Parts: sequence; structure tokens; C-alpha cells
Amino acid sequence: MQDAATTISAREAPGHSPGRAASRLRSIWRNVFPFIVVGVLWEIVAISGIFPARLFPTIETVARTFFALTANGILPHHAIETLIRLLSGFALAGVFGVTIGILMGRSRLAEDIFLPLVSICAPIPGLAYTPLFLLWFGLGSFSSILLVGFVSAFPVIFNSWTGVKAVKEIWVRSAHSMGADDRRMFTHVILPGALPYILTGLRLGLAQAWRVLVAVEMLAAVPWGLGWLIFGARKFLNTDAMLAGIVVIALIGLLLEKLVFQKIENYTVVRWGMVAA
Amino acid sequence: MVPIAIDNVTLEYDTPAGKVTGVKDVSFDIGASEFICIVGPSGCGKSTLLNVIAGFLPPAAGEIRIDGKAVKGHGMDRGVVFQDFAQLFPWRTALGNVSFGLEMKGIPKAERDKIAREQLRLVKLEKFVDSFPHHLSGGMQQRVAIARALAYNPSVLLMDEPFAALDAMTRDDMQLLLADVWRATRKTVIYVTHNVAEAVYLADRVIVMSAHPGTVQADIRIDLPRPRDPLSLEFVDCQKQLMRHLGHKVSGNGAGH
Repeated sequence: MQDAATTISAREAPGHSPGRAASRLRSIWRNVFPFIVVGVLWEIVAISGIFPARLFPTIETVARTFFALTANGILPHHAIETLIRLLSGFALAGVFGVTIGILMGRSRLAEDIFLPLVSICAPIPGLAYTPLFLLWFGLGSFSSILLVGFVSAFPVIFNSWTGVKAVKEIWVRSAHSMGADDRRMFTHVILPGALPYILTGLRLGLAQAWRVLVAVEMLAAVPWGLGWLIFGARKFLNTDAMLAGIVVIALIGLLLEKLVFQKIENYTVVRWGMVAA
Repeated sequence: MVPIAIDNVTLEYDTPAGKVTGVKDVSFDIGASEFICIVGPSGCGKSTLLNVIAGFLPPAAGEIRIDGKAVKGHGMDRGVVFQDFAQLFPWRTALGNVSFGLEMKGIPKAERDKIAREQLRLVKLEKFVDSFPHHLSGGMQQRVAIARALAYNPSVLLMDEPFAALDAMTRDDMQLLLADVWRATRKTVIYVTHNVAEAVYLADRVIVMSAHPGTVQADIRIDLPRPRDPLSLEFVDCQKQLMRHLGHKVSGNGAGH
């Protein structure tokens, strides 16, 4: 059939176009270029001596500190402690956020109970809760993890809830007519149908988790962690160590985005055509 | 494959202005393996009636019986095909979509894959079993939807303007294909359309409905031999007859919309 032929050629086209390598290079260049500009400006300011060298180190100094702190294991130790707190808190947010959000989408009662609470608590900055959590749960990792979980659950809840509401009625009707019971309606239709929103919620939740965790590490008197590293380095004017810590945060964020979220998305919602690549 | 009785069905909608009667006292019988088209202007409640038969809406009065049993909600004795291409599950391949009903029935994977492949061959999509819906054209998606509704072997196929959103050429192909599928499977089909030529091409009988409120205006048997030739004189005559019932002005020779 004629429509079959068009679909085949349309599917094969993207994989074999001749300018593909060139356009890939161009897109890498587009991503790298702004960093080169900022880097050059940074070097000019650092070398010009407007700020004392201790307060505004050159890129080479930051890089040297970064490698030295990586080689002696200090930076990895900080990073791992932070990462464990981040992932524990984020796991809490993911499990509770998705569950509450889906409940709210599925049950009128749950919606009536949770929506006002969530709407009031969500816009409050995570840092505002910090002293309260520290008094309730003490200084240290435990309250940091709880706070991260609490604060980053909100975007997950909102998006899971919206996702369930956005599941197309026609999918539900089709599944009903094909004999789906409540349980399989949920696992086979509602969950995959809401997945684009749930993933968006998790992504926003992770960003939220980063923000609050680095801040709370500065206040929670934890012995290790990137937030503590950055905050502690202030006392000794170790701006190079601060910047090295910031670089690590950026790198971990980038890796989680590229290696986890994009992979999951490409394998699911992008492959299904529910979200553009 | 089974007879259907539609018995004094009335349906009301709640609107801000109060209750509005959408369908009023509609009765007709459908024979086993009969292909029925319901034709009428928009607002005559033909799609609503189909939703009642599918069990998605309860009637305000009256009853629908399939093979003697009153319809209470949706059931696997009926397969439904909608107009909207989005009815397919985007997260399942063509094969996954078609085997959904079989999966719900608890049929083991090897067997349901085999049946689903067969159904996809019936609608000429055997090359596209592993494609996701968004890689398929509108016509192909509707063919998957037909295969999906047939796969778990319901006795009745309910179709709500399934080809209305397709271009004219694809629609002609699809009508031909549906006529073949119907000949091969002998399902009882209730097919809602506003397209008179489509009704004459496909139906054994055409129920003409009028609007506000929706009632049955005429019940016309189409006795043309199959496969039908849309250019034959008899075909055009049938179309004219239907259009007169729909209140169109029809000239003495030649059909016009």
C-alpha cells in the first residue's frame, strides 16, 4: 500500500543523511562555545588583578586544585557523601511523590485532602524549613536527607497528579472494552500514559533536591559533603576549592541528566512518540 | 455473529440549561452477522447510541440486548473502534496493541502473539508488527485499531466513524479492506457514519436518524450484490434514496450533496 512505502522511507531517513556527522560537530560546537567565551573573560579578569588572586583564581589554579583534591581522595569523598544524601532524599521524594500524586489523580478523596496541603507547602523555599528540620531531627545526614526528600517531593507530586489527569479518556475506554480490570487499567494504561509527566516531575524534583541539599549541608554541620566543602573553604579564602566543588556539582548534575534521565526518556516516552526527542 | 435488539432506548444529557433528550425511543433489531450503518446529521445522537451499545453510557430508558442478554456496561463480546487515531496505546507496538485484549483474557504470550500477527495480516500490516503507532500513518493506525478490536474475537464490532478523519483515497482503500475483513470474519457490525456513499458501500441495512431529538427515520435494506461498484447506476440510486430521507434536495438524475 502507498502509505506503507512513505512510512518506511520516513523512518529510514534520519539514520542515513549525509550531513549528519557535520551537524553533530556543529551542535557540539554550539554547546561548547559559550563556555569558551566565559572562560576567556574569566582569565582576563583573573590575570588583570582587579581582584586579589586568592579571591579570583585563574582557571589553571582551579584545575590544579581540582586534580590535587581528586588525587588525594578528598573531593571524591565529599562528592560521594553528597551523592548518597542526594539519592536517598530523592528516592524518598520519588516513592512518596509518585504515590501521592497518582493517588490524588485517581481518588477524589485523596485529591481533596492533599491538594490544599501540597499547594500551600510547595511554594515555600526549601531553606525555610531547614532550621525546623534541624531542631526536630538533629544536625547531620538524617535531617538533610529528610529535608531533601520533603522539599523535592512537591514537583514530583504535582506532575504525577497532572499526568494521571492527562491520561486520555479514549485509552481508558479502549482498555475497558478490551476487558481490563482496575489493577491492569492502572499498570497497563494509567502508569505508561502518565509517564511523560512523571519523568518531568522526577527531573524537576532532582534539581530541587540539589539546590536544597547543597544549602543544607552548609548548615547541618555534616563532616563531609560538597556543600560543606564550599562553605568551609570560605574561612580560609580557598576560592579555588570552592570553585572545584561547584565544578563537581555541575558535572554530577550533567551526568545524571545525560546518563539517567535522557536514557530513560529515549527508551520510553521518546521511543513511543509521546515526547519529542 | 449474534443478533442484537435495541429496544425503546432513550438517552438524556445534563446540560447547564437542564436535561436534553439526545436519543428518543429508538428501536431496531440487528440480525446475526449483519452489517448495519447508522447515518444521520450531526447531533442526531448516532455516536451516543453507539456508546450506549458499547456500554460506556447507561440509557435513561429502554434496553439493549445482545444475543438475548441485556447490556450492563462494557464487555468483551463487543469490540470498539473509534474515530480518533489516538485510541492506540502509544507505548505499545502494533503487535502489543493488538494483543492487549488477549492479554487481559489471560492467554499465554506465544499464543497471543500468533493470533495478533494473524489479525495484523488480515488488515495487511504484517510488515509493521513491531512499529510504534506514531510511526504509522493515520490509515495504518486505524487498521491496527480494527485488528485490535477483532483480536479477542468479540461477536460484535462497533465502529464510530473510523475513517472520517482519513483522506478520501485512503478512505476508499479502508472501506474495501473492511468489506473484506467483514466477509472473512462474519462479525455483526454496527457502523456509525455521516457519509452516505460509505453507508451504501458497506451496509446490509442503513438506519437513518434525524436530529433533535434523535429518532429512527428510516430503515433501508441495501440489496446490491457485493463487491459493490460505487459508479453503478443502482449504487447511485441507493445513495439518492438515502439522501432524500436525510432531507437533501436530490435532482432527478445524478446524486449531489
